[in-house]
Amino acid sequence: MTATVERAPTEGATGSKRSRILMKGNEAIAEAAIQAGCDAYFGYPITPQAELLEWMARRMPELGRVFVQAESELGAINMGLGAAATGARVLVSSSSPGMSLMAEAMSYMAGSQTPIVLVNVMRGGPGLGSIGPSQSDYFQAVKGHGHGDYKVPVLAPASIGEAVELVATAFELAERYRTPVILLADGILGQAMEPIEPQFRHPPRQEFDWALTGADGRPPRVLRSLHLLPERLEEHNNVLQAKFREIARNEVRWAGEQLEDADLAVVAYGTAARIAHSAMRKARQEGIRVGLFRPITLWPFPEPQLRELASRPTAMLVVELSAGQMVEDVRLAVEGRCPVAFHGRTGGMLPTPDEVLAELRRLDATVRAGGAT
Amino acid sequence: MTAVATPPRVIASRPELLTDRSTHYCPGCGHGIIHRLLAEVLEELELAPRTIAVAPVGCAVFAYDYLQLDWVEAPHGRAPAVATGIRRVRPDSFVLTYQGDGDLAAIGTAEIIHAAGRGELITAIFVNNGIYGMTGGQMAPTTLLGQHTTSTPTGREAGAAGFPIPMTEMLAILPGVTYAARGSVSDPPHIGKTKAMIKRACKAQLDGAGFAIVEILSNCPVGWGMTAVESMEHLSEVEKVYPLGVLVDRSAPARQPAAAEGA
Ligand SMILES: Cc1ncc(C[n+]2csc(CCOP(=O)(O)OP(=O)(O)O)c2C)c(N)n1
Ligand code: SF4
Ligand SMILES: [Mg+2]
Repeated sequence: MTATVERAPTEGATGSKRSRILMKGNEAIAEAAIQAGCDAYFGYPITPQAELLEWMARRMPELGRVFVQAESELGAINMGLGAAATGARVLVSSSSPGMSLMAEAMSYMAGSQTPIVLVNVMRGGPGLGSIGPSQSDYFQAVKGHGHGDYKVPVLAPASIGEAVELVATAFELAERYRTPVILLADGILGQAMEPIEPQFRHPPRQEFDWALTGADGRPPRVLRSLHLLPERLEEHNNVLQAKFREIARNEVRWAGEQLEDADLAVVAYGTAARIAHSAMRKARQEGIRVGLFRPITLWPFPEPQLRELASRPTAMLVVELSAGQMVEDVRLAVEGRCPVAFHGRTGGMLPTPDEVLAELRRLDATVRAGGAT
Repeated sequence: MTAVATPPRVIASRPELLTDRSTHYCPGCGHGIIHRLLAEVLEELELAPRTIAVAPVGCAVFAYDYLQLDWVEAPHGRAPAVATGIRRVRPDSFVLTYQGDGDLAAIGTAEIIHAAGRGELITAIFVNNGIYGMTGGQMAPTTLLGQHTTSTPTGREAGAAGFPIPMTEMLAILPGVTYAARGSVSDPPHIGKTKAMIKRACKAQLDGAGFAIVEILSNCPVGWGMTAVESMEHLSEVEKVYPLGVLVDRSAPARQPAAAEGA
């Protein structure tokens, strides 16, 4: 896969010009991480995120930073764990099957409160699945990965430009809350090329009182997730849960479009939201008043915002590149206040705007007829 | 007779790096001896202030309670990958892993082989007690043929459970490995030799020469169903399967191109 981007924007040029550059999603994400001060990258090749690793393979050594192609995703994420334990800014990336392998270490890092940013460029599953774009790792990212009671922030960009912005946000959240953060993209976002404004952000550095640097003139530090006494582990879990509540209070991000007068709301994130957006425009041309609700943080999920939306007389259509995962959270959020329909395609197939439009027409008719979906 | 006020001569004391507390290890367990050796070596080489150590999953997970260093806990078997990440971003640090035989020779086989293959500048302390101590005495890849464990109740039999894996010999053939040796804690002379090996393996990292590993044959009286003394004596049987000595000591820096040395 050849990169058709002329060259990487240099640090000096960052954000100074309003010029737009054409970048492939995977490469833009990689460069955004570099510009955000990423000290080390660890990865293992997998489609459709290989260009991210390749970009890092070239750029990181150029800048005197760390790049290691690991022996597996287990190796990559655990190298990430080690580097992050020293307070370094670390990125690892993979696609769905590799994320399954990274799940173990994510649980350890959530437990030991070690910041790291993971990019998952999702492909079709289950198993080896396909290399086509997918959103079927929503459950894994939002509810799952490793064992234990924990959550991690999950950021879902809908464009390459937004991905660039959210990479910086991901590092900020990771360090502010001492937590792994997932940037959840898909094969389309990873592979497509879009013009972006190179507005790279450079989150400021902090001193960490937990980072392992060698116990030189200070008491030793230990980053651990083991607390063998049940009382101690419960205490530790209470600390983690308080942190998760704080994140849920402060870090919800979402975008809405034409919701003010909408009778129907499409709820979709990432690439699905772009398809839904086209469908919305077509529906409006036909006189169906449709709005778009786009979660940007999948955890914390914009639950209160959706609930508020649902208290108006409206119905919702959830569109995903999956058999229906986020739709469960939408239903939980609206608590039966309005009907919630679903349309999704799997396996690397994409719903078309016309398919979504057809669903909207059907939903519109049902709601007008006063029926349930 | 007048009392002579000469202070008692100190012939042994607790290294300062070791915390002043009793350990959770079973009476007679070799982990305690090995902790002490490590503490002595790190003190003698003045390495403690820049050491970042990686704890295993196994009985020695609590090493961070006994050795006053910066520690990070690795998932089971992943310590060499964790150590890689640390050493790469902090080239001035001294990085060691402390791993059991289940940790290093079973679940963590890929991580140790590839850290060694890359010639990572880390030092691995590999405690081979031929058993899964922490989980109650099941078979490890290193368990001897015929050895009774809770998962080989009639003795390890090669047809069903395979052969003991000589991990350090396997690692020693890799050009990235600058030093590989096997010691034992069976008696004071062996303990002394093992300490020298640990020291050499630490110096290899300081020299930037490559990956270094010391396998230490240790006991697990509880898992072996023996008294502490019996288990120490039994190490001579273990030494027949896992011969002691230096397996490789490459003086040429492993990272220099074409330094394969016919390995
Ligand atoms: C992924 C995973 N699998 C299994 C375990 C359970 N477990 C804990 S320690 C251990 C084996 C430890 O044996 P070894 O590495 O030989 O250390 P020892 O206790 O003998 O010193 C196992 C299997 C675990 N903690 N994590
Ligand atoms: S179970 Fe074995 S290895 Fe573990 S502390 Fe007891 S004697 Fe030592
Ligand atoms: Mg063992």
